[in-house]
Amino acid sequence: MLRLEQVSLDIDGRRLLDNVSLDCPAGSVTALIGPNGAGKSTLLSLMAGDRVPSAGRVLLDDVEPTRLSARELAARRAVMPQDSMLHFAYRVRDVVHMGHALRDLPPDEDEQRVADAMAQVEITDLADRNAMTLSGGEQARTTFARIRVQQTPIVLLDEPTAALDLRHQEQLLQRSAAWARQGHCVVAVMHDLNLAAAHADRLALLENGRLVAEGTPWEVLESQRLETVYRQRVAVMTHPERGCPVVVTAP
Amino acid sequence: MTLALGLMRRTGLSPLAYALFGLLIVLALGITVAVGVVPLSLAQVGSALLAPWQDSGSDVVAQAVVWELRLPRAVMALLVGAALATAGAAMQGLFGNPLADPGIVGVSSGASLGAVAIIVLQINTLGSWTLPAGAFVSGFATTWLIYLLARPSSHPGDNARLLLIGIAINAVCGAVTGYLTYLASVEQLEQLMFWSMGSLGSVHWVPVMTIAPIVVIGVWLLRRQAVQLDLLALGERQAQHAGVDVPRLRLGLIALTALLTAAAVAFTGTIGFVGLVIPHLIRTLVGPGHRHLLPLSALGGGLLLMLADLGARSLDPPNEIPIGILTATIGGPFFLWLIARQGRAGRL
Repeated sequence: MLRLEQVSLDIDGRRLLDNVSLDCPAGSVTALIGPNGAGKSTLLSLMAGDRVPSAGRVLLDDVEPTRLSARELAARRAVMPQDSMLHFAYRVRDVVHMGHALRDLPPDEDEQRVADAMAQVEITDLADRNAMTLSGGEQARTTFARIRVQQTPIVLLDEPTAALDLRHQEQLLQRSAAWARQGHCVVAVMHDLNLAAAHADRLALLENGRLVAEGTPWEVLESQRLETVYRQRVAVMTHPERGCPVVVTAP
Repeated sequence: MTLALGLMRRTGLSPLAYALFGLLIVLALGITVAVGVVPLSLAQVGSALLAPWQDSGSDVVAQAVVWELRLPRAVMALLVGAALATAGAAMQGLFGNPLADPGIVGVSSGASLGAVAIIVLQINTLGSWTLPAGAFVSGFATTWLIYLLARPSSHPGDNARLLLIGIAINAVCGAVTGYLTYLASVEQLEQLMFWSMGSLGSVHWVPVMTIAPIVVIGVWLLRRQAVQLDLLALGERQAQHAGVDVPRLRLGLIALTALLTAAAVAFTGTIGFVGLVIPHLIRTLVGPGHRHLLPLSALGGGLLLMLADLGARSLDPPNEIPIGILTATIGGPFFLWLIARQGRAGRL
């Protein structure tokens, strides 16, 4: 569904991504992990079509994003940015509606989709609030609902849980995973290795613009590998309920 | 009134806002046609308005005053106000900045430069059309220059660059205009002053009919971009992600703004504050959605300018105060009030 073929990106003579090949199949959540500056968000922006690779190809459903118009691209992939902004005092429901504002939907269906998306992340009560006065977490949930309403096969999330409390982290990632189960291709940049391990089907570990490991959480989260990449002592344990790996730091 | 406004805001009853502005415009039109050096009763106004379709000999003076002097002026005020306010709303939407106005992309300062150059250098190639045509062309060309220098088409995140280059070019235009003004003779200065502060004094039907189609089509075309302008409130990048071709939208908005503003200032000079204040007012009434913001700004701008022109010619008769002074006098304090009322709520 979403494929990177030997993608490199140079900006001002600096190599930000180096020969990255990655397959993100439909029906799964792929988490992009790695230390600060490893190139996770840059990789996501290539997938989104915001940047054009210096070498290699990005393929969304076998088409390069550069060949698609903004509207065609918006029908294939939705992007949740790291921080959302809003210039004027739209209501929360108006912002969520913006996800599919450019599609001509019958009013009933339009409203139903918006209501469903808001209910899923528990912002129904905020529907008529001025979206400029929301807290960081409420904003993130509003953006997530907007991305959902866009209803695209490919969903790109850039640190979706950064502003969220524990309950809403869990909720948003569960919704994302359920979304993937329905056949969507979800790719998320994540800092929290434990959230990634618990909710992603596959992890892609980046270091200095290179893909150093890719696979299931147990395959990728090896303590020795993590210690080299993050330059931090860690121990990898087993989650008592989920059975997935848990990474804890050691002094 | 306050109750009605509050109700509109809460329930999003924009039809009420259209009705309110429509009614106020009709009222203002009646008053502005009746008031003047030759005062007319509403009955006289009515019969003068109907005179062209009636055979009976009506009041010839009243008919001339209404049809040749006051009506074209009122309609011109309506058109110019509509053009400036709609363009202002579009620029605020494009730049995501409530302080943007139609002049931000250089149209007004470019048109001023053209007009001043024509007056001071005594260019007269097109007769009485030289000034409006020159102002229109130089206003449009200045915006184009800013756009070409900024070359924003390659990237969705380039509005800031456009804004900065606009400031620089506005400054250069201001400097050249200043130098030409310094060279001007005393009689030319008088003409310049009226041009730089705006006046509807010499308006007749030909200019009105010239800009009417431009304003109507321009406002209509801007209104068609309403949904995309709403999406721009998410920022350029996210608007692009949601399917807006931002570079193309930006080009369209700038071209339409240049067209509307250049047409508006070509005959009446630069009139400030309408394009800045009216969109704010409308936003507080019906919210920020451009579907209603744009057409209601057109109505509100037209209404404000009609009232300002009424003031301009009736405060100190038979002299006329430049209309720009009045719009700034009304607009400045009003703007302060809006900021004081909303600034803390994070809603501008």
